[in-house]
Amino acid sequence: MQTVLPYIISGISVGGQYALIAIGYTMVYGILRLINFAHGDVFMVAGLIMVYLAASLPLYVAIPLVILLTVLLGFTIERVAYKPLRTAPRMSVMISAIGVSYLLQNLALYITGGLNKNYPQIPWISDRISILGMETTRVTVITPFLTILLVVLLVLLINHTKIGMAMRAVSLDFEVSQLMGVQINTVISVTFVIGTFLAAVGSILFFTNYPGVVPTSGAMPGLKAFVAAVFGGIGSIPGAVIGAFIIGIAESIIKGLDTILIVNGAITEQIGLATFSDAFTFVLLIIILVFKPTGLFGEKTADKV
Amino acid sequence: MTQKKSKKGAWIALIAVLAWLGLVFALDQLIKPTDKLGMLLIVLQKGSVYALAAVSMNLLNGYTGLFSLGHAGFMLLGAYTYAIFTIPDKNRDTVYQYFHAVVRFSIPEKLSQGMGGFGTALGVLIALLLAGLVAAVMAYLIGLPVLRLKSDYLAIATLGFAEIIRAVFQWSKLGPVTNGSNLLKNFARVSKFKLELGGTKLSLSTFVPVLIATVSITLIVLIVNSTYGRAFKAIRDDEVAAEAMGINLAKHKMLSFVTSSFFAGVAGATLAMVLSIAQANNFKSAMTYEILLMVVLGGIGSITGSVIGSMLFVAASEWWLRGLDSGSFLGIEAPGVFRNGFRLVVFSIIIMIVVLFFRKGIMGEKELPDLFRRKKKAAPAGKEAAE
Amino acid sequence: MKKLVSIALALILVFALCSIGYADNPVVKIGVFEPQSGDNGAGGKQEVLGMQYANYLTPTVEIDGVEYDVELVYADNASSNDKAPTAAQTLISSGVSVVLGSYGSGVSIAASDTFDAAGVPAIGVTCTNPQVTAGCDVYFRICFLDPFQGTVLANFAKSELGATKAYCLAKQGDDYSGGLCNYFIEAFGADNCVYEQFPDGTSDYSTYITNAQNQGCDVFFSPVSTEAAAQIIAKANTQALGMPILAGDTWDSNVILAAAKGTDLQICVTTFYQEGADAEFDAGIKEWINSDATALANNGGNDELAAVTVMGFDAYYMALEALKAAGSTDPADVLEVLPGVTYEGVTGAIAFDEIGDALRDSAFVKSCNTETGVWDFVSVATVG
Repeated sequence: MQTVLPYIISGISVGGQYALIAIGYTMVYGILRLINFAHGDVFMVAGLIMVYLAASLPLYVAIPLVILLTVLLGFTIERVAYKPLRTAPRMSVMISAIGVSYLLQNLALYITGGLNKNYPQIPWISDRISILGMETTRVTVITPFLTILLVVLLVLLINHTKIGMAMRAVSLDFEVSQLMGVQINTVISVTFVIGTFLAAVGSILFFTNYPGVVPTSGAMPGLKAFVAAVFGGIGSIPGAVIGAFIIGIAESIIKGLDTILIVNGAITEQIGLATFSDAFTFVLLIIILVFKPTGLFGEKTADKV
Repeated sequence: MTQKKSKKGAWIALIAVLAWLGLVFALDQLIKPTDKLGMLLIVLQKGSVYALAAVSMNLLNGYTGLFSLGHAGFMLLGAYTYAIFTIPDKNRDTVYQYFHAVVRFSIPEKLSQGMGGFGTALGVLIALLLAGLVAAVMAYLIGLPVLRLKSDYLAIATLGFAEIIRAVFQWSKLGPVTNGSNLLKNFARVSKFKLELGGTKLSLSTFVPVLIATVSITLIVLIVNSTYGRAFKAIRDDEVAAEAMGINLAKHKMLSFVTSSFFAGVAGATLAMVLSIAQANNFKSAMTYEILLMVVLGGIGSITGSVIGSMLFVAASEWWLRGLDSGSFLGIEAPGVFRNGFRLVVFSIIIMIVVLFFRKGIMGEKELPDLFRRKKKAAPAGKEAAE
Repeated sequence: MKKLVSIALALILVFALCSIGYADNPVVKIGVFEPQSGDNGAGGKQEVLGMQYANYLTPTVEIDGVEYDVELVYADNASSNDKAPTAAQTLISSGVSVVLGSYGSGVSIAASDTFDAAGVPAIGVTCTNPQVTAGCDVYFRICFLDPFQGTVLANFAKSELGATKAYCLAKQGDDYSGGLCNYFIEAFGADNCVYEQFPDGTSDYSTYITNAQNQGCDVFFSPVSTEAAAQIIAKANTQALGMPILAGDTWDSNVILAAAKGTDLQICVTTFYQEGADAEFDAGIKEWINSDATALANNGGNDELAAVTVMGFDAYYMALEALKAAGSTDPADVLEVLPGVTYEGVTGAIAFDEIGDALRDSAFVKSCNTETGVWDFVSVATVG
């Protein structure tokens, strides 16, 4: 157990960070039926904004500003790249999302000169602490709790406010809710604002833990978060969170699987299973798509798959 | 369209294709890599590979309406199959630096022992077909569970499969076959393709990839214009209606997926041939996205569009816009702005403009002969418009 | 508006005339095939600095009695094997006589065929994998090789650090780290090594550190790019790694020093040059770096010398020697004389063997002083 524990703790932490990104995917998909491929890149841009802001501003100014600017970016992307295509076929919108993703990555490449940027150290949360006999950073421990807190707040917002009701209505039926007088554009904008807000928080936690930002930093976490959303049942927020934790833990354990097996005497030499740490996420995706396309907690609808 | 007209069109198309190949062959002899125009050859080589990849993706995404993002995975399969079976025996151990290679023969080498130069060419052809076949078989296996999914779920599932393929090929335990995650090189590649005519060596380094792409694209055009092609389009336009008309959905979707993947495999093999290396890490989903953007640029549902789109894409990114990265562009000197990566920023903005405001791309769903026909009414129709 | 346009046009004309009027000497072009972005971007930039400084000191060369201006032509191979052949081709079609580079072995291996097909000679600066020159007639190099470096490091780990079990970490598909780990393991003994590879795009190195700790290793060998290195060091610190870290020549960089400063880690590297070996050279290049804001930024913001910079400096002079010996700017002529060219560089005497590799039999071992953030000299290592 002592061998496996560090992997599980690190996996829970990564899972929490994926969860914060996954919520953005699942909410947008729930309402627009759009895989927002640019979401992972927004997460990366949030990291870069932090790098540049923290170079000249104190952290207590930089952090709120990062969140604000990221939210603004998410809002702008929706207005510029997705809104004009609202009546277009779904494929066009998805292509637009891929285009935005391409643009954000190339912009990041240009601004950083293609070099790795070191994420600033945030005091207190990046300190070294010792829990259950293992050394780690404080952010590893904080992440899951913060994630769950934010999710609870979000669920309260969706279930008990007027805008939350509107969001539920739109995700249930886009056209009908429009006819019932729901301000579709406001609802969609709010969805993007919430999604990018959580991605920005996730980005701060993720990059504090893994402090290197490159233009492609967002691509893999983004895809994994999306898979988490599908795994949990797209449109379902608790589903996305649970899916993200499962994927985070599985990924971390696979990276250490060779070692775990060797220490327990199951195998005698490295077999390179760590190669599949990313691919395993997609294996999970395909299994769930084939056997239970609505995901673990998804509602059954005719249109989805 | 009457039989007679389409026959005439086919002849014109054939002559155009032959003239195009002749021109490329001549360029291959006239331009040396050290010349200023050396980049033109590179653009033709890479451009034709991407044109084939884009057209094969278009067959699936544009003509059948199946949104698949697994292209890079199938290209990887093709590239590796081709590379593994064409590394000459004497180079095998240098390439497999850290492993003991298990595949220990090269098809072109084996055949050249009996048949000389012709055998080498035949061997390369066989390896190419094998590359396509491996990709097609894998596509069949993947298609069984995946093709039941719709639109974006299909996209994300195929993307996932491409990532899984990439991971498997990088696994160190498969090293004796795939060389692990290390690159494969020294296989039959374009810089080694020469034609010996009466003592003079003629370069084929641009001609061969262009030939492969031209022949493959012509085949795709023939498929699109056949009854199968019409069935694909019917599925794209309305699945329910297509099924009602007696089109077997599952069969035709699978056929389109497998065909598209076959040509993706051939494109992957040709890419390896052009780059003279093959490495799994290069076949990331970013490659699929780039090909998709080429298709969009040219117009989804237009084969000529895909060809023009990818040629423009490659020429702009490899050649014309290079200056944007290195300080001076069109005589404007601005090292502060025109630095590394600016080219790609300009490029992605152009693409976003196309995606948002010119959704039909350059060609829409039209083909080159369509444009020709509109100008002169009842002019001879070309190959693509023969439907 | 009209005025503005006409002024702009006039300015463009003036610039154009300037660039024409300026070229009184004929120009010989030397290609710089280095990563400016991607994983090895920072290292590539440091290597280029050496060439630029050399070009600043010696901007002309006399070839066959004619004074030529030397122009450095750059192509960014983006640390990526699939971009390398095209980057090489852009250099070739811009008419270079000889190419320098690259930092990182993979891109050099990937591009060797392109150089070979065009018959343009290339001088590898710090690409240490044997495959760069093996079977390629146009590739030469001025650095030592991985079999040598791997053995030196393995010996050092055994005898100086007293290690019995080594954890080796390389990047998947990277010929530099993969090759070096391979030769290290050969020398150290495969049974006593745990070898793992992380995929491209990895951000989480903590599990690999946990793996090393769990398997009871007593030395952590990870000759990866400086980008990954900085993160490995950060994680090793927060997870209390508890064993010395060992790496190859890429780690001889101020990126490592900055990351390791203030930690309690022990880091040792092998490298080509020890700062202080040539005081005059050190002072000169530092003054130049400090006087040029771009150069300072490319060196990572301070004037701490990386060995790759010094290697880049020597490579430039090696190219000049080759041009002089060839008496021509034609790549074919340069290629013909290159095997016999020798040069007494800052990093030592350089001559090629029959494969095109440098005859080098010693490496410097340095350790990182985590209090002051500089390299301490440990020893000169040879294999004999």
